[in-house]
Amino acid sequence: MHLIIAPVLLPLLAGIGLLLLRQQGRFLQRSLSVFSVFIQVVLASGLLARVSQGDILVYSLGNWPAPFGIVLVADRLAVWMLLITSLIALFSLLYALLGTDKSGRHFHVLFQLQLFGLNGAFLTGDLFNLFVFFEILLIASYSLLLHGGGKARTQAGLHFVVINLVGSTLFLFAVGILYGILGTLNMADMAAKVSALSVEHIPLIRAAGLLLFGVFALKAALVPLHLWLPAAYAHTSAPIAALFAIMTKVGVYSILRVYTLIFNTPAGPGANMIEAWLLPLALITLVIGILGAMASSGLYQQTAYLVIASVGTLLTAVGLNTPAGIAAGLYYLPHSTFAAAACFLLTNTIAMRRGQFADRLESGPLVSHMRLIGGLFFVTAILLAGLPPLSGFIGKFMILKAALAHSQLAWIMGVVLITSLFALIALTRSGSLLFYKVQAERESAVASAAVTTGSVPIIREVLPIIGLLGLCLALVILADPVIGYLQLTSGQLLEPSFYIQAVLAMGNTR
Amino acid sequence: MEALVSLIIGVLTACGVYLSLRGRTFPVVLGLTFLSYAANLFLLAMGRLTIGAPPIIADAAEGYTDPLPQALVLTAIVISFAMTAFVIVLALKTYKETGSDHVDGMHKP
Repeated sequence: MHLIIAPVLLPLLAGIGLLLLRQQGRFLQRSLSVFSVFIQVVLASGLLARVSQGDILVYSLGNWPAPFGIVLVADRLAVWMLLITSLIALFSLLYALLGTDKSGRHFHVLFQLQLFGLNGAFLTGDLFNLFVFFEILLIASYSLLLHGGGKARTQAGLHFVVINLVGSTLFLFAVGILYGILGTLNMADMAAKVSALSVEHIPLIRAAGLLLFGVFALKAALVPLHLWLPAAYAHTSAPIAALFAIMTKVGVYSILRVYTLIFNTPAGPGANMIEAWLLPLALITLVIGILGAMASSGLYQQTAYLVIASVGTLLTAVGLNTPAGIAAGLYYLPHSTFAAAACFLLTNTIAMRRGQFADRLESGPLVSHMRLIGGLFFVTAILLAGLPPLSGFIGKFMILKAALAHSQLAWIMGVVLITSLFALIALTRSGSLLFYKVQAERESAVASAAVTTGSVPIIREVLPIIGLLGLCLALVILADPVIGYLQLTSGQLLEPSFYIQAVLAMGNTR
Repeated sequence: MEALVSLIIGVLTACGVYLSLRGRTFPVVLGLTFLSYAANLFLLAMGRLTIGAPPIIADAAEGYTDPLPQALVLTAIVISFAMTAFVIVLALKTYKETGSDHVDGMHKP
């Protein structure tokens, strides 16, 4: 039963341990950090086996019964997110070991604390506790974002920090209103109390619900709250940007959790609160993200805009508000996260080999190991654009199939398909500029760069990228069991009474 | 008392929003601080304003004060304190690196 809290405690203890070991040499720190993340993958897989039968595992902290104490809840959605987080953390960390972790102190400590915040946010069943875990993951992310320093990074970091602090304040206001009316912070208990609300409180509850939506939309980088993302992601170091591919998904997770659980009572005060906003905003996000990707002058920036576009696609699927739509979105979520992370890592690998041209999209020198790197870029581009036979295609196909019955089918179909075409054009342009339109006389520019990269064998550099692409391939090969699991997940989400009963029954049996 | 407290919260929020929309980092940090003060007061007020009651159910006392918002506010104060310290250091670092205290780092001081 204590398995549920292990993914929260392990990174915290590993982080504290790493802080104590900071005088002990790099090898020990790296081993402990990788070991901790690896165990998190194992724990998440173990939890997945436990919840795949449909059980909702509840863990009351301090053994306080449910509505009074804080609970951790592991249902299918939470464990799915845990697994994605731990996998992406593993490959980002392996790539960071190539040198990013040397560019400043405490990299591994912050990395573990970031995972502590992420895992806690996915598992908690208490709204205020969600706020606390948000703050933990944010303060770790501020430091990781600035890791290594530099003018552009600091500048982008300041914007990221300030906008998120405003977001946190709004979160507190929303939590305050909800507590003031419902008298509880346990999400299951809130859901039970919302349905029995008197009429005069309904406008306040809706105001609080929409305020929360604003906060989560900010985290998810939904238009018009997306402006912090491109600069922040484009200027941080590649392994951190890869890990941050999951950060926008925390916002998506929170939207799914809160609006399927607390505000999902049919014909209740919270019904159809965000539907009017979610789908149009998601489609606009998709368009703006792709336009940004087409207009980008560097590959980092292009990938960052593609992250925004993937949030748009994902929230389009969620905005359909049908079991099939949510299942499609949950399939697209790991795909887009892994593909974006692979693209960030690959960008760094390419940029290191182009000397002063770095990641800029203009014809530059020949990239060494061109066949291997070019091949990986080709596969990543196919994934990001959503071409068959890889997981991007299956994800988009499922989303469009789920949209067939929707009244706004023409808009959804048109926007998703046309933006896919534009993504393909943008990535083709980047690929041909980087790998085909090479200018031989600029060869000398990379001579110095070749020396710095020569120390690491190419295979160690591409192995994390191949790993991430392999995960996308696994999503294709295992598509049948994965989709089966996700359909059950969306069924569980849209039937919140299971969740409410599982949490509140815990309190009654004690 | 309710009117006074809500007036204070409103004024603090208005100041916070105005200041955090300013162009230089110092007013922005100050604005974020005001906003977090407003949020803390608001959280406290959401437990209803009670005077002279213990934060626990006791036979001797007539009523009780909701103790939970006080715990929430305490947590929120600690978090916002840490965040403010962080953002001040970051603002100073930005000033040193870009030579300007403008949030976009473009205006000449």
